Amino acid sequence: MNNSIALKSILTKEIQRFMRIWVQTLVPPAITISLYFVIFGSLIGSRIGEMGGFDYMSFIVPGLIMMSVITNSYSNVASSFFSAKWQRNVEEMLVAPVPNWVIVAGYVGGGMCRGILVGLIVTLVSLLFVDIQLHNIWVIIATVTLTSATFALGGLINAIFAGSFDDISIIPTFILTPLTYLGGVFYSISLLPEFWQGVSQANPIVYMVNAFRYGFLGISDVSLVTAFAVISFFIVTLFTIAMVLISKGIGLRS
Amino acid sequence: MTHALEISALAKTYKGGFQALKGIDLTVSEGDFFALLGPNGAGKSTSIGVITSLVNKTGGQVKVFGYDIDTDLEKAKSFIGLVPQEFNFSQFEPLVNILVNQAGYYGVTKSVAIERAEKYLKQLELWDKRDEPARALSGGMKRRLMIARALMHEPKMLILDEPTAGVDIELRRSMWDFLRELNQQGITIILTTHYLEEAEMLCRNIAIIDGGEIVEDTSMKLLLAQLDVETFVFDIKVGASLAALEEFAEQSTTIVYRVVDDHTLEADLKKTQNLNQVFEQLNSNNIEVLSMRNKSNRLEALFVSLINNKTSSSQAKQQTVAEGAK
Repeated sequence: MNNSIALKSILTKEIQRFMRIWVQTLVPPAITISLYFVIFGSLIGSRIGEMGGFDYMSFIVPGLIMMSVITNSYSNVASSFFSAKWQRNVEEMLVAPVPNWVIVAGYVGGGMCRGILVGLIVTLVSLLFVDIQLHNIWVIIATVTLTSATFALGGLINAIFAGSFDDISIIPTFILTPLTYLGGVFYSISLLPEFWQGVSQANPIVYMVNAFRYGFLGISDVSLVTAFAVISFFIVTLFTIAMVLISKGIGLRS
Repeated sequence: MTHALEISALAKTYKGGFQALKGIDLTVSEGDFFALLGPNGAGKSTSIGVITSLVNKTGGQVKVFGYDIDTDLEKAKSFIGLVPQEFNFSQFEPLVNILVNQAGYYGVTKSVAIERAEKYLKQLELWDKRDEPARALSGGMKRRLMIARALMHEPKMLILDEPTAGVDIELRRSMWDFLRELNQQGITIILTTHYLEEAEMLCRNIAIIDGGEIVEDTSMKLLLAQLDVETFVFDIKVGASLAALEEFAEQSTTIVYRVVDDHTLEADLKKTQNLNQVFEQLNSNNIEVLSMRNKSNRLEALFVSLINNKTSSSQAKQQTVAEGAK
């Protein structure tokens, strides 16, 4: 059995899916991010002044890109996998000799592709508002790749447990969005009182946003090594959970 | 002889305690056309679910072409093509994509998959719809799409769970021809159906399942031989009046006749009786026979009697247990 063909098939199906509905998947992040730039960057940002030694608009660009990557890689897998469960076409893979890791890798790969593609679109849109600096391209690539993988895995686990379409919007609404907004996208956590700085360090998104910002601007509230260690820990943990759930057939096999 | 499927002591108890399979044993030979019949909730779909790994068994063993699903699941899966009861493809994808992706899950390269998709879509008369999303298909077309999808990796065993449900008679017959052709090519076919006529016409061997137990496992020929009475329908030349026919039917003491109308007569023949007796009686009463056919409700009669026997025997057991408890 050639697993690479099976993996390519799942990946192709996933990419075809979000490209087929590009108006729903690729356009909204561009519009949302433009509004953020207009409101937080141009209108309010000009009154805020500098943050971390950069004008506010330049400061929030990496965080806004990362926010789009996180949201899109998560929601792509959550909605696609749940939809496959709901329409029962997930059975096409379950009856085939596809190893569980290929199913996980295929769906996560699809989520990563959408997250990174949306990240690129948002980057292009941001060029209309601000001159983007590049401090270390490899840190940018590594952070965006690992972060999209982390949240694609999170979306998959959410979809495995979900029993209705409501269940795939609960986590993004009540957990993901607050964590993202409190993850240092719009501010440096060094501005917070000491207690809240400590609390912020329990938020994994802080490490992702800061590592990404380091790649663009060369500044970060956290150490790069710690950031990559935290992200890697989440990837390994979530991958293990996803594998256990799929091999046990939770939510998939009766 | 190699067995396509060997099931022993297969059990499944769902969460909540419902025992869907109570330790069934079943063997299907390679190249067979096998019917698995049973009333709703008997355990047919659960059995298929376990064989195809969509349902986790709670006991027993399943081997597909000698490969145990507990130890060689992927190898076992590679031999099976499944046509499930419910439509389970993405409603939004074009037909060609559904087929090519499915082949990919079995490691079939894209170029080969595209050739096979064309072959099966043409054979099943879906080629014109190849670029349309699956939701645009009619019910019968969707059933054919699921058959095409199940064949994309050229399986050695095809399992069809009520493949002709809701399909009109013309289409059903063309599907029967297609399935017969596949079986002649050497593909083992396991079929569950509610159309007993379908099982009788297509299958060589049959198992009847009820309440999670196999109540009969034999060849179709032997099963039908259990029939005590067989009904024949005679188309007769219009000439005799209806009253005369009814009088003839009433006077017969050896064979039971029923007058359907002034040109149709039915006769119930016991195993000990033969058709010559019927023809002698008809001739002596100047009733001319134009044609004759077997009334195809034979399997249905047996099916009902087997299920009823099982129900009454389990009721008797329960009563004995209840009386014992008193």
